[in-house]
Amino acid sequence: MSLDRSDIENIAHLARLAISAEQTERYAATLSNILDLVTQMDRVDTTGVEPMAHPLHMTQRLRPDQPTEPDQRALFQALAPLTEGGLYLVPKVID
Amino acid sequence: MQNKTIAQLAADLRLRTYSSVELTRHYLERIGRLDPQLNSFITVAADTALAAAQRADRALKSGEAGPLTGIPIAHKDIFCTQGIRTSCGSRMLDNFIAPYDATVVEKLAAAGAVVLGKTNMDEFAMGSSNETSYYGPVRNPWDERRVPGGSSGGSAAAVAARLCPVATATDTGGSIRQPAALCGITGIKPTYGRCSRWGMIAFASSLDQAGVMARSAADAAFILDEMAGFDPRDSTSADVPVPDYVDALDDDLKGLRIGLPREYFGAGLDERIARSIQEAIREYERLGAEIHDISLPNSPLSVPVYYVVAPAECSSNLARFDGVRYGHRCERPADLEDLYKRSRAEGFGAEVQRRIMIGAYVLSAGYYDAYYLKAQKIRHLIADDFRRAFEQVDVIMGPTSPTTAFAIGAKMDDPVAMYLSDIYTIATNLAGLPGMSIPVEPVDGLPVGLQIIGNYFEEARLLNVAHRFQHVTHWHQAAPAGFE
Repeated sequence: MSLDRSDIENIAHLARLAISAEQTERYAATLSNILDLVTQMDRVDTTGVEPMAHPLHMTQRLRPDQPTEPDQRALFQALAPLTEGGLYLVPKVID
Repeated sequence: MQNKTIAQLAADLRLRTYSSVELTRHYLERIGRLDPQLNSFITVAADTALAAAQRADRALKSGEAGPLTGIPIAHKDIFCTQGIRTSCGSRMLDNFIAPYDATVVEKLAAAGAVVLGKTNMDEFAMGSSNETSYYGPVRNPWDERRVPGGSSGGSAAAVAARLCPVATATDTGGSIRQPAALCGITGIKPTYGRCSRWGMIAFASSLDQAGVMARSAADAAFILDEMAGFDPRDSTSADVPVPDYVDALDDDLKGLRIGLPREYFGAGLDERIARSIQEAIREYERLGAEIHDISLPNSPLSVPVYYVVAPAECSSNLARFDGVRYGHRCERPADLEDLYKRSRAEGFGAEVQRRIMIGAYVLSAGYYDAYYLKAQKIRHLIADDFRRAFEQVDVIMGPTSPTTAFAIGAKMDDPVAMYLSDIYTIATNLAGLPGMSIPVEPVDGLPVGLQIIGNYFEEARLLNVAHRFQHVTHWHQAAPAGFE
């Protein structure tokens, strides 16, 4: 399995990671090596095998639809890089 | 003082032989003097530790002490601690002070434990050598040119060097057992869902599990008694009663059926490690156990399966780090996409970025069936191997790691070689089973770990099997030179 420059650029975009041209080459080599390891899976016939999403085959627990957490907006926003008037600030999205 | 067991410390504190403040000062002094050479702590919380020790002393005096009152512990820096920085070994969270305690932290605090600080770890628990930490590598106290293993390398090194009596840790693919083996201590990864994941920073949610690093199985049992249990705040927490782990420690091993998977003793295992493991097995035979040859035919596929499942889950979990609500944010973003991309590229180190990219790739349109779905199917086959094995045996034993501690830097340029350090530990996580590592006879002065794998929720049996071995051997009492 070999990934080229454009594959890496596409993956980095999907992962929202800024990577330089020089890093792209390095990622192409290391990610291809990792995928070579992963392709050992192809040796196994998995026809009819159910996928296993949870080790204990548990189902999702439900709880009554009632609030359990108090409002702690000020506490949580104290951690944010940039806020104003109780809102998180990001660069302008809509002109 | 630093060589006493948890039971001895608890008894001494109750008899007022020394106070919790004195005990806490003793450990803080050791950390201050010895940790600069190991780098096992990211944050030492001296002031809050001493304040907690004072409260513990008052509780001891008034007879309101809990089982761990006044006993110092350290937390892996993946557990959120209110008021003490939680970095997860990453620049992304270098300035992050959690607004709440993880359930595990809360439960141990309720039992009276005193938190000395937060231990170093591979960034977001991704690594097998503790070299991917933003805060620099941890050095192995047995040989400071070597790695302590990972990702819980700080917890392992700190316990081995007697900088804390016990420490919490987490295990997603071997991150408790492999560093426990490489540092010569006792580590237990419980069944998936046994300890709450609430407030434990997520890496791969279907694999992550909290556990304990200690110097003996008995010490681990005391801590796990307080850590384990159902938590309604963790949707995958197991609602299964917790037995008393200390009570079961001394059970007789006569007739215990031990399975040795032939896949764990094949090519790739250092022959000297194989001999140490075989010698430990003979000790178990002398204790009355029966040895059975078993097979886990799909276990060689556990590394490839893991490197699909874990990166896929990590890419999804780490999507939350966007430079908006908390964590690192880049300077002067041009637009929202630039804000996301540069904040993440600057905040995450190389290994985390590699795994996020692998995860994004295997989950992307057109590749999902070939990678993620295929991996989940083989995961089923791996779990079925164990299910069949546990119809014949009570526990499974083998080496924890194919090698002893390797040199710092030796595998950093070859991710695939690093991933193979966890070849014997990963299958247990994929199946969700509990596993332990305990020290056996060293090789060339470096620790070797025996892995013990049990059936679901059989932590009590694992601790019992480990404790009986430690009752008749002394490997677990050995201390690295300079840290006795």
